[in-house]
Amino acid sequence: MTEHETHDYDVIIIGAGGAGLRAAIEAKGRGLRTALVCKSLLGKAHTVMAEGGVAAAMGNVYAEDSWQIHFRDTMRGGKMLNNWRMAQLHAQEAPDRVQELEAWGALFDRTKDGRILQRDFGGHRFARLAHVGDRTGLELIRTLQQRAVSMDIDVFMEVKVLRLLSDAQGVVSGAVGYWRPTGEMVVFSAKAIVLATGGVGKSWKVTSNSWECTGDGHAMALWAGADLIDMEAVQFHPTGMVWPLSIRGALVTEGVRGDGGVLRNSEGRRFMFDYVADMFRAETADSEEEADRWYADHAAGRRPPDLLPRDEVARAINTEIKAGRGSPHGGVLLDIASRRPAEYIRRRLPSMYHQFMELAGVDITTEAMEVAPTCHYIMGGVRVDADTGAATVPGLFVAGEVAGGMHGANRLGGNSLSDLLVFGRRAGMGASDYASARSGAPVPDQGEVELAITEALEPFERSDGENPYEVQEALQDTMQSLVGIIRTGEELEQALEQLDVLRDRASRVVVTGPRAYNPGWNLATDLPAMLTVSRCVTLGARDRKESRGGHTREDFPSADPEFGKVNLVQRQPSGGGVAGEIKIGPEPIPQMPAELASLLEESH
Amino acid sequence: MADVTLKVWRGDQGGGDFAEYTLVGQDGEVVLDVIHRIQATVAGDLACRWNCKAGKCGSCSAEINGTPRLMCMTRMDTLPEGPVTVAPMRTFPIIRDLVSDVSFNFEMAKQVPAFAPPPRPPDGYRMAQIDVERGQEFRKCIECFLCQNVCHVIRDHEDNKTHYAGPRFFIRFAELEMHPLDTNDRRELVRQKAGLGMCNITKCCTEVCPEHIKITDNAIIPMKERVIDASYDPVAWLGRKIGRRHKATPSEAAAHGG
Repeated sequence: MTEHETHDYDVIIIGAGGAGLRAAIEAKGRGLRTALVCKSLLGKAHTVMAEGGVAAAMGNVYAEDSWQIHFRDTMRGGKMLNNWRMAQLHAQEAPDRVQELEAWGALFDRTKDGRILQRDFGGHRFARLAHVGDRTGLELIRTLQQRAVSMDIDVFMEVKVLRLLSDAQGVVSGAVGYWRPTGEMVVFSAKAIVLATGGVGKSWKVTSNSWECTGDGHAMALWAGADLIDMEAVQFHPTGMVWPLSIRGALVTEGVRGDGGVLRNSEGRRFMFDYVADMFRAETADSEEEADRWYADHAAGRRPPDLLPRDEVARAINTEIKAGRGSPHGGVLLDIASRRPAEYIRRRLPSMYHQFMELAGVDITTEAMEVAPTCHYIMGGVRVDADTGAATVPGLFVAGEVAGGMHGANRLGGNSLSDLLVFGRRAGMGASDYASARSGAPVPDQGEVELAITEALEPFERSDGENPYEVQEALQDTMQSLVGIIRTGEELEQALEQLDVLRDRASRVVVTGPRAYNPGWNLATDLPAMLTVSRCVTLGARDRKESRGGHTREDFPSADPEFGKVNLVQRQPSGGGVAGEIKIGPEPIPQMPAELASLLEESH
Repeated sequence: MADVTLKVWRGDQGGGDFAEYTLVGQDGEVVLDVIHRIQATVAGDLACRWNCKAGKCGSCSAEINGTPRLMCMTRMDTLPEGPVTVAPMRTFPIIRDLVSDVSFNFEMAKQVPAFAPPPRPPDGYRMAQIDVERGQEFRKCIECFLCQNVCHVIRDHEDNKTHYAGPRFFIRFAELEMHPLDTNDRRELVRQKAGLGMCNITKCCTEVCPEHIKITDNAIIPMKERVIDASYDPVAWLGRKIGRRHKATPSEAAAHGG
C-alpha cells in the first residue's frame, strides 16, 4: 500500500473560489466539521479575476427592477435552455447574497444616497451590477476569504485533487490528491463533498482563464458516475486583449461597454448595429443617437447593440475580423477614449487602465483598445438539483461554474458572481443536510485510492515518452482550431480523432525532477481531466445540430426548436477515468411552471 | 528578436544556485512568459507559482534583478540589456526554485479581529462614496506579499516575525479601522501584538506595491497617529472609560482635524 496521510471531515469542499468559499462558510456556520481544499493559495482562485460586478435586482439605481425581470433577462440570454428553477432562485436570492457580503466587510461603490451602486452590463435591462470599480471579483473573494478565516475553517492549500472516492455502495465518500509543495499523497474521507472547481478554459489556446481552469471537477464528477449536461455551451467573451501575443486572451471587462465604450471596425463604423438578432430588435436602439441617449437615462432610448448578450457580440466581432475589417493585430477596436473623460475612465476602469498601460503600452484614455473573442466560461456542467446542488450520484454536491443548467446556452455578464454566492450557499446547505443525515463513518474504497496514486506517479516511472507541455499545447491547438467559436460537423469529427491521439500521447508522458513543487508533473496530472472535458465539449457540439447561445454551428446556423427542448446529457457508466467510454443523449429539459413562463412573454 | 538570458535561482532549503537559460526573445513578453517557455522546453520541473498572469492574483512574486516585482507585470523590454536574474522572495523560507513558503502571512491573517458592523437597518446600510474610498484603496491589495518581503523589520530580523504583522496587515488594520461601519477597536492590538511601532517609515513597502497603494502615507502613518491618540490622549482615555461609542467616519474625523 502506498503511503499517504488521511483526514476525516463531515463536508469537504474542493475549490476555494467564490462558490467553494461560500459553501464552506455555510457548512461551517451550520456546525459541521468542514474543510476547504484548493489547488493554489487561498485567495488566488479564478474568481479574483472577475471584473465588472455581481448581478442582483436590488433596484438601487432603477427602482423598477425586480427579480422577475432579472429572471427574464437570464432566460432570454441563455436562449431558454436554462434550468428555470436555478434561474428563479438566482434572481430571487442574489440581492440577499450581495447585502450579506456588505455585512461581511465588502466595500462596494455607492450611489449618491449611500446605497450600493449598480452598473449596466450586456443583456440586463436595468443597471444591476453591484461593483467595486473593475475589480469586483477581488472584493468578493477577499471578503469571503476573510469571513472563512474568521470562522476558523480548515484550509488545505496547494492540494491537487486527483479523484473522488466512493464507498462500497457507490456513495461519494472522499477524495484523493497530493500536496503540491511536497508531492506527498493525501486522502480525505467525508460524508459529503462539494465540488466548486470552476471552469475548463485552459484547454483552449486563447483564453481568459488561469492555469487552474482544467475542468478537474467536471471530469471527476463524470468519472464518479455523475451526469454532465450541455457541455457544448462554451462562452467566448467578446473582448479579450489581442496584443502583445503573450497576454492574448486576457479579459477586457464588459464594464467598458457598460460605461460608454463602443465597438468599431477598421473603417470606424459602429458595426454592432448590423448584428441585432430578431429576438432583441424590439429592445435595441437602431441609431447611434438613440443608443447614446440611453446611457444617461434608460427611458430616453433603447439599449445600444454593443450591450447585447455576449454570444451575439462575440459572433459579430468574429465576422468583422474574418471579413477583413479588423484592427492591426487582428481584433476590432473598443473605444471609450473618445467618448468619456480621462478622469472618468481611470476611476471606473482602474485595472483596465493599468493592464493596458503596463502590458501593451496603450493609454485607454486616449487610444482605442484592440479586442477579440477569448474562451471565457462554460455554461454546461454537472447536472444538479436546483435547490440543493445535489449531483446525480449520492454524496456529491456541486456549485459555481462546474455546475450546469443555471446559464443555459449563454451566461450574462455579472450572473457568474451572483451564481457563486447563491448556489455556493445552497450547495453548502445541501451538503450539510446530507452529511448530518448520513449514518456511519464514510469508508472510501481503498482500491480507488491505490489506483489514483499509481496512475498519478506513473510519469515518474517512464524513462522516455511525451513532454506534458507539448501534449497540452497540441490539445490547445486542437480545441482552438476545431472546437472554437464557430463549429462544423466535419471539424468536430476531426477533433474527436485528434483527441484519441492526444489521449494516447498523454498516457505516455514522462516527467523529471522531484515530486516537490514540480509543475511538469502537476501538468501531467491535469491532462486527464483536460482531455475528458475536451471530449465532452466536442461530443456535445457534434450532437447539438443547431446554433444556440455559445454554441454556433456553421452547418446548422439557426436555433432548432426541437433542440431547445433538450439537454444533451453525458455520462460514463463503466467508470474508468480518461480511458472510459462516454455515452451522450438528449433528455427533456425541466418543464417551467406557467406563472414563470408568462414572465417571459410579457413585453416590456 | 534578439536572444534573452535569464539567470534563475534553482534549489531548495538545502541550498542552490543560479542556472542560466538563453532563449529567443518574443515581442512584448514578460518575465513570466520566459519562465514558462523554459519550463515547456528544457526544465519541466522549474518551480514557480502563478495564476492569473494579469497582475490580479499576486501569485508570481519574485526578485527580478534584485527588485521585488510580479513576474507577470514585468516586461522584458523594460529591463536593462543583459542577463536578467530571477530569484525567489528572500524573506520567506524556500520551498523550491522560485516558490517560497508564504504561510507566515496566512498565520498573521488569522490574528486580525473580524469586521463587526452594527445590526443592519431595515433599508440597508448607507455609506458615502468618499467614506468607502479610503478602505477601497487598501482592498486593492492582491496579497502578493512583496511589501512583506521587502520590509527590513522581518527581512533582516527573522525573530521579529513573532510580533510584527508587516505592511500587508497594517493596511488590513487600517482598512478596518477606517471602515465607516466597523465597531471593533484594534488599536491596542496593532500597537502591542502587531508591532506597528517597529515600522520606521522607510517606505520600501510603498515602492514595491504593484497596486500602487500608498501603504506608508495612507495606512501606516494614520494608524500610528490613531494608536498614539488612543494610548496617550486623555480625552480618548476618558472615552474608553465611559464606554466605546461608534467610531467617527473618516469625513467626520477629517473635519475634527484628526
